[in-house]
Amino acid sequence: MTHPESAAEFLKDSQKAKWHDETLWFVRDKRDKVSKGIPEWEQLRELASSIKDNVLANLADYLEEFERNATKNGIIVHWATDSEAHNKLVLEILQKQDCTAVVKSKSILTEECHLNSYLEKHSVEVVDTDLGERIVQFLKQPPSHIVLPAIHLKKGEISELFHEKLHTEKGNEDPTYLTQAARVHLREKFFAAKVAITGVNFGIAETGEFVVCTNEGNADMGVHLAQVHIACMGIEKILPRRKDLGVFLRLLARSATGQPITNYNSHFRNPSPGKEIHIILVDNGRTAQLAREKFRNSLKCIRCGACMNTCPIYRRSGGFSYNSTVPGPIGSILSPGLDLKKHSSLPFASTLCGSCTDVCPVKINIHEQLYEWRQEVTKTQGDFAKGLSMKLANGIFKSPLAYKISGSLMRNALKSLPNSLIYHPLNIWGKNRNLPDAPKESFQQWYRKNRS
Amino acid sequence: MKANSPSVALFIPCYVDQFYPQVGIATLELLEKLGCQVTYPSGQTCCGQPLANAGYAQETVGTARHFIKTFQDFDYVVCPSGSCTLHVKEHFPAIAGLEKEQEALEHKIYELIEFITDVLKIEKLEGKFPHRVGFHSSCHGQRGLHLSSGSELNQPPFNKARKLLENLAGLEWVELERADECCGFGGTFAVTEEALSIQMGKDRLADHLQHKTEILTGGDMSCIMHLQGIATRTKQELKFLHLAEILNQALS
Repeated sequence: MTHPESAAEFLKDSQKAKWHDETLWFVRDKRDKVSKGIPEWEQLRELASSIKDNVLANLADYLEEFERNATKNGIIVHWATDSEAHNKLVLEILQKQDCTAVVKSKSILTEECHLNSYLEKHSVEVVDTDLGERIVQFLKQPPSHIVLPAIHLKKGEISELFHEKLHTEKGNEDPTYLTQAARVHLREKFFAAKVAITGVNFGIAETGEFVVCTNEGNADMGVHLAQVHIACMGIEKILPRRKDLGVFLRLLARSATGQPITNYNSHFRNPSPGKEIHIILVDNGRTAQLAREKFRNSLKCIRCGACMNTCPIYRRSGGFSYNSTVPGPIGSILSPGLDLKKHSSLPFASTLCGSCTDVCPVKINIHEQLYEWRQEVTKTQGDFAKGLSMKLANGIFKSPLAYKISGSLMRNALKSLPNSLIYHPLNIWGKNRNLPDAPKESFQQWYRKNRS
Repeated sequence: MKANSPSVALFIPCYVDQFYPQVGIATLELLEKLGCQVTYPSGQTCCGQPLANAGYAQETVGTARHFIKTFQDFDYVVCPSGSCTLHVKEHFPAIAGLEKEQEALEHKIYELIEFITDVLKIEKLEGKFPHRVGFHSSCHGQRGLHLSSGSELNQPPFNKARKLLENLAGLEWVELERADECCGFGGTFAVTEEALSIQMGKDRLADHLQHKTEILTGGDMSCIMHLQGIATRTKQELKFLHLAEILNQALS
């Protein structure tokens, strides 16, 4: 389905669509309030954006610095050019440990690489330990939001799901009760896992350490109980210095959920005696995006999800309507770089209102990149009929006479045609909207009569 | 502005010219009342935004060249649309041979309200308009041209249109739940994402109706055309006027 088709489907359940819109607006509103409590908020955004500019301009050097320092710390560093290489590396580490059950904290990168299905195909059980991710995993769904993976579900639906999967009381929708059930269930999985997988929020070149942020502490729980920690990191997640974290940690939680700070910001630098830490540095299209000058800024993204919460389209169409791992505005500028054909409707799933750009903590010019992707889409696979009508329009607008003739034809047609023809099913504008009443003369005609 | 005042050219967007001549007339009369010498260069057409936003920016070279030539000899270009103004400023393709003229145009084209507050430096207008007015903040005017502060940014609140409107005797300003959410017009978006566009428009209208807006106004007729179209179809008791119409009426 294209985005418009999925969006129309989503809006059919108007009550749920309204609830979805209001729930995410609530998060956006919280973000507004907490960000306004920081007088230097806009400077922080500017600073974060500049630090990322520096990172992107010197990415290779920082990555090598990170590799040297991490290796010195006893971390085993791997490189993966694409998702296949990444998945294979993870599997090899698991096989070496004879591990057939892993726990994994939230990682959009592993979603992007479809790691779960790959491992399951090789007889490894993967348990997502973030509560929202566990919920969608039970439902065999992908996350619908990168920070709030199960935001498309209401508590009644979760109660039913837990009744079926975890044998909770039927009809008990109490969030504390349901969370407790998940806690007991996940604890078993934590104890049984020899290997824990996490994502990475920030890798620090200067020290060779990396930082994982969670609200639930599930990354730490997994890692500390396991023998082996595998951290999967996109190569753009590098920061030059440890002190840069002060800027990014202040921005991340406030932008994501409106919290002053994420509950657990855990630094990993050395493996404990007798244990192993592996880090896999993954490209998977990032270098290609870096080479696209107009789109390279998209790699600044710290995956806070603020652009989704603010987007009037996302709130009213849901994460699944984007059919891409990262949904919402940021997804609509990242995904076309991975597969332009598959994601060609995404740059058009926007009014270019610019709200995403203004909430972005690293100042990615998201709506301008959406505009630029539109130009790329039409260049490479311009729909012929649409292309032709646009060419005609350009012919009209560059010629005053042609413009006048077609304008008055249109106005006269609107005046004389019966409504049944004006609101023909092919006139999509008129399906749910009236057209303006056609005036008897254009401004141009009025001006000629009255002023010249 | 007096006798040797700078020359102001009026740019009336194509859909305003064809569907809303009264907005063009109000803009012209208002500027004249404020002492400007205004010319409407004949032969003007469109800025090309509908094509460019649909992904056909490379097809707008002819339109942009024509636009630059039409307006190059004036000191200022004033337009009753934030969206079209922004397009000329930021999204015109580079026109070979007219580099200087194009750069000059980007700096001398103004949306109507910002021309009044920033160029004419008018702090307040004396007049009356005894109605409850709800303001639709169009995205390109707000986030593009910075005609008002955005709810997303940590900045002191301001709104150039509100400053002019609030001084009018009898005018009641309507506070909305979501002061600057998009109405869902979005050019071709209105047609290619019809379901979303309608829902967004309905939600904006509901906010205005809930807060008892009598007249819904804004700086862009495109947003208003969309909102009015939905309101008429769903038989809502709401009136719609462009800011130029309110100010022009209030000053008469």
